Amino acid sequence: MKNIKEMNKRNLILNIIVILAIIGFIVYAETNKRAFGLTNLRLVKLCCIYAICALSMNTVNGFTGMFSLGQPGFMAIGAYVTALFTVDKAQKMSIYTIEPLAENGIIANIHAPFFAALIIGGLIAALFAFLIGFPVLRLKGDYLAIASLGFSEIIRILITNLTGITNGPTGITGIPNTYMNLYVIAGILALIVIFMIAMIRSSYGRALLAIREDEVAAQAMGVNLFKHKMIAFVLSGFVAGIGGGLLAAYTQAIDPKMFQFTVAYEILLMVVLGGQGSVTGSVVGAFIVRIAMEKLRFLDGTIDFGFFEYKGIEGMRMVVFSALLMLVIILWRRGIFGNKEFSWNSIFAFFARFKKSPEKEVQN
Amino acid sequence: MLEIKDLRVKYGGINALNGISMKVPDGKIITLVGANGAGKSTTLRSITKLVTPVSGSITYDGKELTHMSTQDIVKLGITLVPEGRHVFDDMTVDENLMIGAYLRKDKENFKKDIAFIHEMFPRLKERAKQLSGTLSGGEQQMLAVGRALMSNPKVMMMDEPSLGLAPLVVKDIFNIIQKVNKERGMTILLIEQNANAALKIADYGYVMETGNIGLEGTGQELLANERVKELYLGKSK
Repeated sequence: MKNIKEMNKRNLILNIIVILAIIGFIVYAETNKRAFGLTNLRLVKLCCIYAICALSMNTVNGFTGMFSLGQPGFMAIGAYVTALFTVDKAQKMSIYTIEPLAENGIIANIHAPFFAALIIGGLIAALFAFLIGFPVLRLKGDYLAIASLGFSEIIRILITNLTGITNGPTGITGIPNTYMNLYVIAGILALIVIFMIAMIRSSYGRALLAIREDEVAAQAMGVNLFKHKMIAFVLSGFVAGIGGGLLAAYTQAIDPKMFQFTVAYEILLMVVLGGQGSVTGSVVGAFIVRIAMEKLRFLDGTIDFGFFEYKGIEGMRMVVFSALLMLVIILWRRGIFGNKEFSWNSIFAFFARFKKSPEKEVQN
Repeated sequence: MLEIKDLRVKYGGINALNGISMKVPDGKIITLVGANGAGKSTTLRSITKLVTPVSGSITYDGKELTHMSTQDIVKLGITLVPEGRHVFDDMTVDENLMIGAYLRKDKENFKKDIAFIHEMFPRLKERAKQLSGTLSGGEQQMLAVGRALMSNPKVMMMDEPSLGLAPLVVKDIFNIIQKVNKERGMTILLIEQNANAALKIADYGYVMETGNIGLEGTGQELLANERVKELYLGKSK
């Protein structure tokens, strides 16, 4: 057994190497767009955005042990607010065809720099989380899931019908993507990851975990259940709003259909796959799900094996993807990381198991 | 002093407590014994506002607790060690202890207090970094007591600490109850089915029968009482 100091030193060095490698990768991908491939670059950006949304869900579902599916609603709010603040007036005037905008109305004239718009989007999503938190956070388990899913659908329907503000089902196009390079997106993701890890290590974060583990005991220790659940929910709303805002700028065009309830399941999948309650798990889960869905696309097309031609079936990738997912969940019931964070010690312990087994056989 | 007057609690339409009164003076060990369903746990749960009473009053040093929130009651220094231990399984032993100190502001004393608990329960020190879900039943009970002690309570209420534990472990737990009572002057309100053991260490005891207090007296008096002997101590005349 190595001593702890030695292990900490080794972990620090490995952490620095990994962080440098990630930075190196980002710089490489951004500076050699052609070599890296533009579609690949877009995919990595999308992974980062979804990782932010997964972290938002993890705050509520993973840390606090509630079961909320309200993410699409918060993302939609963030996305629309960011869009309305960043699209320029001329563009807005031209796209609002269902209910033309008034020349001097509020919607036509609001404008803010991208980052300010993003934060306003997050704050408005957080405000909605706060307001709906009062009725829904008294619910538990499945009931909360249904209520939050209902909220999400209500937001989508409101967006579809408030044509004077949102341009209805046609959506908003021409959202500027000036800042949508990998530095910015990965930077925002990194900030949120650092914040989440710092939070969960604070006494406030421990109280959230205590609520997840045992509500009665947490309450008996003096943890205010409602207040803590509310803070987690509002924080989750804020982060989802930021994720939605980034998604809007990334796709440059948004419409209500992008925020259907299936998005909630997709994000839930990332969180569960990575391990509920794990920050690193949510990030890794988001990358795996997004990359797998993209890279399994070849299954939908026709593949020629020479002697045998596989006729592509539309949707085949989802079948294979679901089967792979089942396999992962059977092998790692609590997700890849469980509720723990990525740690070098557990990686080394994992490999040490393989190393030791032959020795044992010799001894026997 | 913690004082309960004419406390009534209902679960749905069913009466759980039909107006009980009791006193828990500072620095004493008071025990509440009785059969299943007598209302012992309900009494403790109403004190910490985990259930809301229909009527009656609960006061601590003159302050009415029935209108306070659970966390304000914990802040006053009244802590509950819940029945069935309720440790936070996926958190380490030390993290559990830290949650116990959640409402305390004097962070500089945490280390000292954790050291005190490690000293009192050497098993918890050995397992400080282990997940508490992997502890044995007795160790979990020790952790539940240690966690409650971390909140630095004036009154510690314990709901069946001997539940499902081996006799030797029960003895350990009871020794610790007496120790914190003597050394720290901590008031203990103890619920037990193991009436014999509880009455032996108690200064005063109440015997509950289906939502009422049937008998009360000093621990020795109750131990000698024929009715108590017959009903709870399993000795026939």
